[in-house]
Order: sequence, then structure tokens, then C-alpha cells
Amino acid sequence: MDVGIVGYGVYIPQYRIKVEEIAKVWGADPEQIKRGLMVEEKSVPGPDEDTATIAVEAARAAVRRANIDPREIGAIYVGSESHPYAVKPTATIVAEAVGATPDLTAADYEFACKAGTAGIQTCMGMVEAGMIEYGMAVGADTAQSAPGDALEYTAAAGGAAFIVGRNGKRTIASIDGTYSYTTDTPDFWRREMRPYPKHGGRFTGEPAYFRHIISAAKGLLQQLKLTPEDFTYAVFHQPNGKFPLKAAKILGFSKEQVLPGLVVTKIGNTYSGSTLIGLALILDNARPGDRILAVSYGSGAGSDAFSLTVQDGINNNGDATLKVMDYVNRKEYIDYGTYAKLRRLLVR
Amino acid sequence: MAVPRFWREIPNRYNLIGTKCGNCNTVFFPPRSVCPKCRRMGKLEPYKLRGRGKIVSYCTVHVPADGFEDAVPYVLAIVELEEGPRITAQITDCNPDSVKIGDEVEVTFRQIREESQDGLIYYGYKFKPVSNPPSEG
Ligand SMILES: [Zn+2]
Repeated sequence: MDVGIVGYGVYIPQYRIKVEEIAKVWGADPEQIKRGLMVEEKSVPGPDEDTATIAVEAARAAVRRANIDPREIGAIYVGSESHPYAVKPTATIVAEAVGATPDLTAADYEFACKAGTAGIQTCMGMVEAGMIEYGMAVGADTAQSAPGDALEYTAAAGGAAFIVGRNGKRTIASIDGTYSYTTDTPDFWRREMRPYPKHGGRFTGEPAYFRHIISAAKGLLQQLKLTPEDFTYAVFHQPNGKFPLKAAKILGFSKEQVLPGLVVTKIGNTYSGSTLIGLALILDNARPGDRILAVSYGSGAGSDAFSLTVQDGINNNGDATLKVMDYVNRKEYIDYGTYAKLRRLLVR
Repeated sequence: MAVPRFWREIPNRYNLIGTKCGNCNTVFFPPRSVCPKCRRMGKLEPYKLRGRGKIVSYCTVHVPADGFEDAVPYVLAIVELEEGPRITAQITDCNPDSVKIGDEVEVTFRQIREESQDGLIYYGYKFKPVSNPPSEG
């Protein structure tokens, strides 16, 4: 494989709501929830933000970081489960806003929380085949949850964009390989025209998240003949803080490999943004030679695993964009009433 | 606003594409097709503004225009861009009470308004306070 990441960027809205604030409304014990989920607070989109605006901000940052002419981007895929339109692509808005139109192909992807990594795989194939110079994959969401549902403590907003190109002097991280594991598993779904998703409760754990993450990670390690000791860092989809740490333990990865990319505790589950923001956080602090395992998970269900090796390009242009932690630390707390208005739980 | 007009203005609304006179170097936003100084000598070319500037005047809106009911109170400002043009835009991600003349702001891509529940969503530029300025480049 001769492709890698040449640019990446993230965006996280500035509003936050604390677990305590949500728990107070529903008469729940916040300490128990925070311990159980390992989540303290989550990001909330502002009144003028949606998946398209988040995707555009992340995509613009990725282009600045890559320092390429956006007209060289030949494909843009935006993965989300909260596209603003049911019919009308988010990807065309992103393509126009980064200045990549009109000579490119673009489409929206849907696969719960792994639609962004599916886009990376598509771009990898197209770059490797020589169809395009650069391809951009974005994972972004403004996740909705029914009021009072367990998901309300974690369903958050954010996104990340990755630009894939042939390996060369711009390469931030080369992609050693990818492997996916996919089955028909009904752990989480939302029907057409329905505002909130439904989920299978405890069913979301063992047969869904863990089975797919672990099978995808094992499949990739086997394919590349690597072991957990070969990796400096590992990032797994972060629906909460507990799941990725447990998956790491089962696979034989240490906490030290996983904690540097664990960001769900401070921003919640950004769905299609989750694995990618975690990967961006690791890249923000990585050095040439570091090897990273990244495994996404999308309900329904599937996992995409990637092995990346950080290259000298990581030292290029690092000041061109804000870091993940800049966004994590830039925050404005809101109460549940404001949250209800922003998420349109209250409509006049 | 009609859909065709919104569509025509997408380059300016999304990417702050104005025009620059090749004769006197004046930058215009919204774009002009004739330079008022140079007239027939002017050579106007599309020019992308960097999206940074400072607030030269503002007001806080409490009685909103149609379609902005849920946004009150919001700040409307005249922003002087680095390249010279002054534009009127909403300041977002801010506490209206802490906005001041002279504040440095940067462009951000936001929903401007939506026609209705089943209508078009209009996207475009707003400005927000500069948080942690990335360096040039
Ligand atoms: Zn002139």
C-alpha cells in the first residue's frame, strides 16, 4: 500500500453540558453515571451549527494543514448519521466551501458511527488506483437522543476530516493496511422521518461493539503480522470511556497506548467524528516512527481497522490549525433549558 | 430570499470571494464589477479574502428579523477586514455583553437561516472572536 494521510483537521462546537445537569432533570445519580460511562460532559452544537457546518470547518482545517491546492482534491465523502438534508448531499456543501468544485466526485456516506472511516477506505482505493490525486473523507455528527434516554448523557457533536494521498514528502502518516469486519447486527437504528434512534440496550455491548472491534483489530494484526507491542498508540471508537479501554484490554493493549487518544470523557460521543477525533488527538502529539492502530465501529454493524505509521510530514505546518485540545478546552457551559432549546427539544 | 439568488451568491457567501482592482489594488466585498476610483482603467479580478478583521461597530438585536426569532439576543456588527472592505455580519459564539469595538474576529461557516422546516438551509459566513490565532500560512 502506497497511500497515507497528508492532512487532517477537526472541529468541536464550544457548548458543553455536564452529566450533573442532565441527571438533575431526570432524577438520576450523576456520580454513578459518570463512573459507569467515564464521561463528564458532552459537546452541544450552537443554534447555527449542524453536520454541514462542522464538516466544513474540519475540512478547511485539513486543507490548511495539508497545504495543497483544494482543486487537486478529486473526491470528497462525508460520513454522518445526521446529514442536515434527507435528500441533498452534505458533501457538495463541503466541496464548495473548501474550493474543490467542480472537478471532483462527491457523495454522502451513512453507516452509523463508522461512515467517516468507510470514506477513508474509498479514498485510499481511488488514490492507489490513480483515479485521483487527493481524496478527503469527513466524519461529522450532531447526534440526537430522546430526552431521558441513556444516550442523552453522551450523544454529542463534532467532526474530523482526513486527506488521503500517495506517500511522499507531505505524508503525515502512511497507511500500512486496513481490514474491515461487517455483519447484520441490529444494535442501534433510526427509522426514516423519526427524530431519535432506538437501541438494543445491553445488546449494544458484546455482540455488537466488542465483537466487531475485536475481530477487525485481530484481522488487521494477522494480515500485517503485527502484535499489540508493535504499536505506540491505539484508538477505538468511543461511545463512552469504558468500552475502548475494555476492548484494548481484551486485545492486549495497555491503558498507556489508549489514554492519549481518549477524548470522550470531555466531549462525549461524536459518532462519526469519534474515532477520527481520537486519531487526530494522537497525531497532534505523535512523532515520526510511531505506529497507531485505529478501529472504528458503526452500529448495524461493522468495524474498519487501520494501521498507520507516522512520517516526517508530521512536523510540517503544525501551526496552521487548532489542535484537538484547543477545541476541547474552548468551552461554554449551558443548562438543560438552553440545551433543550438548542437541540430543538423545545419548539415554540 | 429566492433559491436562485442564494445559489448565485454561494461563492461570496461560502468563501468571501470579492474582487480586487489590479490597477489600484483596492479590494471590494461584496464583489464589484467596476472600480469606482479607476473606472475604465480598473482591472477587477476575483479575490479571496482571508476572513480576519476587527469589529468597528455593532448592535445587539433583541427584536429579530423574520426567521431569526430563536437567535435573540444576537450581535450584528460591521467588520473591517484586513484587506480593507467593511462588511455587515452576525457575530456568533459570543456573549453579546462582552463584545467590544476593536475585537478581533475570524470568519466561520454557519447556518444563516432556513426557509422553513422543509425549505432550503442557507449557509454562509459569520464571524466569531479569535480564540487562539493560528499563524500565517
Ligand atoms: Zn482601481
